[in-house]
Amino acid sequence: MNAIETRGLRKVYGPVTALENLNLTVAPGERYALLGVNGAGKTTAIRILTGLTAPTAGEARILGVSVTDPAVKRLVALSPQETAVAPRLTVEENLTLLAGLSGAKGPQARARTEALLRELELGQVAKRRAGLLSGGWQRRLSVAMALVTEPQVLFLDEPTLGLDVLARRELWQVIRKLPGTVILTTHYLEEAQALAGRIGILAGGRLRAQGTPAELMALAGTDSFEEAFITLAGGTALPGQEETSMSPKDSPARS
Amino acid sequence: MSMVLFARRNGQEILRDGVNLAFGLGFPLGLLCMLLAIGAGAPVEVFTVGSLTPGMMVFGFSFLALFSGQLIARDRASAFLTRLYTTPMAPKDFVLGYCLPLVPMALGQCLVVLAGALAWGLTFSGRALLLIPVSLPAAVFYIALGLLCGSLLSDRSVGGICGALVTNATALLSGAWFDLELVGRGFARAARLLPFARAVDAGRALLAGEAFWPDLLWVIGWAAVTLGLAVAVYSRKMEA
Repeated sequence: MNAIETRGLRKVYGPVTALENLNLTVAPGERYALLGVNGAGKTTAIRILTGLTAPTAGEARILGVSVTDPAVKRLVALSPQETAVAPRLTVEENLTLLAGLSGAKGPQARARTEALLRELELGQVAKRRAGLLSGGWQRRLSVAMALVTEPQVLFLDEPTLGLDVLARRELWQVIRKLPGTVILTTHYLEEAQALAGRIGILAGGRLRAQGTPAELMALAGTDSFEEAFITLAGGTALPGQEETSMSPKDSPARS
Repeated sequence: MSMVLFARRNGQEILRDGVNLAFGLGFPLGLLCMLLAIGAGAPVEVFTVGSLTPGMMVFGFSFLALFSGQLIARDRASAFLTRLYTTPMAPKDFVLGYCLPLVPMALGQCLVVLAGALAWGLTFSGRALLLIPVSLPAAVFYIALGLLCGSLLSDRSVGGICGALVTNATALLSGAWFDLELVGRGFARAARLLPFARAVDAGRALLAGEAFWPDLLWVIGWAAVTLGLAVAVYSRKMEA
């Protein structure tokens, strides 16, 4: 069973089509990045896949459960692109709160909190109020708050947005160690390359292409990933790529 | 369980802000003492302890709208609510979680104002104690107003609407420390269509041993309608 499977997913806000005919398959345990410029449809896709927004058309399933089924909320967790922490609660309290809200009982919630404080090296700021932390620590806490719910599929929406280069690299180390299926959105090319096994390029609400960085470069006929992105995202649509994706098995890199 | 955890978190967020405590508890008490001191030098009926105490309780409640509204608006702006919407929490957990922590806070305000009033000469009696439950429907009205504003407005707008408009509306339309009839009969009549003056009048009638039910029912009606509207708007925004 796939971790994520979408068919003909479409989302319209009034006159704006935010997402059009998204067909996506992500395997369990896979690291997948949705790469695109602002307004490409990345956040809309994440909102649909986490059950926050209903699709206008098409269907999406997380481990076989429809995203319109409330049960999907027991399978997913989201770290939004804003820091999304409770500012006057300590780091520890934030984690215990989210564990509890996801259904963990007191001792279990505390055990999960302690484990994550260790794993994400948050111990030194455990007793500090979240609102007083630096941007880098807040982002790390935000990821931890998503992880403490023990999701089957973790969504990271622009996880390093606004961070300086050092804080970004530190958070990359954290993300690389995350367990399970991880879907992240980003508009940083190097971030997608560094953190994801496969990358889907979104532009204008459409998935223009997907594959490994090498496959995408081969598809665009360039040895630069930046050039490949510009060609695939902003340039002329490639034959057969107007609406759907290029799956790895079809890509020139494997053919 | 989720509702209790969320309510506890919301209580902590509000109580850990020193400004909230100062305004919520200190300001109404300070104002009560100041007005009673003025009343001691200028013996006017509206400045007596029996008249001012219900007014200060209701005025103190106006800050509850600011607390709940700002908390919700900030949770929306920071995407904390977005994060929580991906958990298995139900809509009722959110509404109750935001509203319930403010009820003990309202009780605390009542107790502080009542203690101040007793120190200034209010007779300790069953009626004085009954003033607390009689005032609480007004607290529910303000909490619901905060929920409504927090669901619709930005953090900054909530500060303007609930922090300035609602507190000033309460001050000017409740008759807490002046007789509304002095402004004009039409003004007083219009003001009594709203819940502010009715809430104060219910408390004053109780302390005077008069019928307080008509005014209290008016306030309960406003509280119920505002709460219903707030829950509907919040639920709709949650699903959007």
